[in-house]
Amino acid sequence: MSEAMMDQPVITDTPSGSAPLPRTSLHRPRLPRWAPYALAAGSAAAGSAVGLAAGLGSHVQWGLIAALLYVLSTLGVATRVEGLRQAKDRLATTLVWVCFLVAVVPLVSLVWETVSRGVKVLDGTFLSHSMAGVLTIQPGGGVYHAIIGTLEQVGIATAIAAPVGLLTAVYLVEYGRGRLARAVTFFVDVMTGIPSIVAGLFVLSFWILMLDFGYSGLAGSMALAILMMPVVVRSTEEMLKLVPNELREASLALGVPKWRTILKVVLPTAIGGIATGVMLAVARIAGESAPIVLLVFGSQVINNNPFEGAQSSLPYYIYEQWAAGNEASYDRAWAAALVLIAFVMILNLVARGIARWKAPKTSR
Amino acid sequence: MAKRIDVSGLTAYYGSHKAIEDISMTVEPRSVTAFIGPSGCGKSTFLRTLNRMHEVTPGGRVEGKVLLDDENLYGAGVDPVSVRRTVGMVFQRPNPFPTMSIYENVVAGVRLNGGRLRKADLDALVERSLQGANLWKEVKDRLDKPGAGLSGGQQQRLCIARAIAVEPQVLLMDEPCSALDPISTLAIEDLIGELKERFTIVIVTHNMQQAARVSDRTAFFNLAGVGQPGKLVEIDDTQRIFSNPSVQATEDYISGRFG
Repeated sequence: MSEAMMDQPVITDTPSGSAPLPRTSLHRPRLPRWAPYALAAGSAAAGSAVGLAAGLGSHVQWGLIAALLYVLSTLGVATRVEGLRQAKDRLATTLVWVCFLVAVVPLVSLVWETVSRGVKVLDGTFLSHSMAGVLTIQPGGGVYHAIIGTLEQVGIATAIAAPVGLLTAVYLVEYGRGRLARAVTFFVDVMTGIPSIVAGLFVLSFWILMLDFGYSGLAGSMALAILMMPVVVRSTEEMLKLVPNELREASLALGVPKWRTILKVVLPTAIGGIATGVMLAVARIAGESAPIVLLVFGSQVINNNPFEGAQSSLPYYIYEQWAAGNEASYDRAWAAALVLIAFVMILNLVARGIARWKAPKTSR
Repeated sequence: MAKRIDVSGLTAYYGSHKAIEDISMTVEPRSVTAFIGPSGCGKSTFLRTLNRMHEVTPGGRVEGKVLLDDENLYGAGVDPVSVRRTVGMVFQRPNPFPTMSIYENVVAGVRLNGGRLRKADLDALVERSLQGANLWKEVKDRLDKPGAGLSGGQQQRLCIARAIAVEPQVLLMDEPCSALDPISTLAIEDLIGELKERFTIVIVTHNMQQAARVSDRTAFFNLAGVGQPGKLVEIDDTQRIFSNPSVQATEDYISGRFG
């Protein structure tokens, strides 16, 4: 009797009489793989058609109509075929793609515009000559004095801001407790929001008007350093926080003093990220023109000495040439813009190179 | 080389929270002492008070005495840095320095302390330490490769090599095998057996079989309840603790009748 019972498969969960659970299939209708692309193409065509029919002049409007159609049609089709949950998933994917394109289109068009207009006068002469003796309505002249100015001003600003910012971040992460650390963090946050013109005015009133030094690249560098410092502090702080505490403890447990632990273990581990942060801060200040107008004054001739006399800089040069308002100076402004973008681009590549080179090694 | 540790009336705090209370014990030189007990009972905290790593945690402070051969670690004028050079530590998770090669990891303690050794001496130190940690054969052909590229068990032995390279008197191990597989665990347990010839070893473990296998003496820690400080229940020869403990709570814990 008992053996017979054991041989029987035991089914107890569904008492007889109650309806069995509906058999759910794991298969659901799916849109074919090409559907998103087809919808995108269809939306683009429809957007263009609507734009053409309504006589909208701007292609941006066409694009936005197409984007809206794409989102709505995807949502509609997916809800119909695949059900609500899948449709939500598709909606999110579509929104991400549309936002990506909205962000990328202006960027690409900016680069395209700058390159196509800038290459016209960009050549060896342009890079190696100043504007000395060139009338703004004439073609010719160059950007050399502005490149020198930007390199020196940004270089000095980095030399001031990077060590101060780095040490501040080390203090905040490794030592800072209590009120002083909170105050420092607060003021760094406040400094992040300082408009560049205000930093320029501060240095103008303090350095040039009160202490009576003249216009110089150095004065500009000080304003740029003020702008750069909070960015360096913030990024370095984040990088130092990423260093696992276990590494600090491992070093301390070997009997290494705290300062050496920071210098030899914590900073090397984070150096890639720190370098990237500093380079990004450099890229940010390289494009500042307001403090330069106030403090460096601008110049048409080469001045290699950043500590005395007016200099130029790339953003100032662009502003100046554009303000001159004729065909030749427009060309120079575009070419200078291209040089500035290339400068920032090179800095970014260098930062990435350092980050990759210095990154903690894990390969076997 | 190895030193005796005498702890008397030790209480440790995290801020205002009392983590362990009134612990007294003696750790014999050239022996392995295991700490067992439930999570949160203060084993690790107590271990960290033995080389003054406890005070690295913000708010960590200690009352009481820890004598290392008659010298109080918490006496006036004692430099925590030199305490840590005498009492080394191996952590729960292997933590080799990611920016350094295997070679550099082993000599890190010497180099970071500003020691200037000749290349030949450094080479000899690396070989001796890696051999001491049973890792030499596996890595001798790739000493310049990053230490983080080793397997977990190898990384932990690398950390042991790094700790013994500075020639400490005492080696503290905070659950050194809890992140490792059984084979790596066995390798480390064998290693502990060899190391006790030269060092005083204290090991925290959650694995009672491990405590029974590797240790000469075992200390059982317990806490009265959540938020209460941890206390030392008893310390005795490992054999006695696991066969015939004098406190009922120890027997309950070991036989799994706990709580």
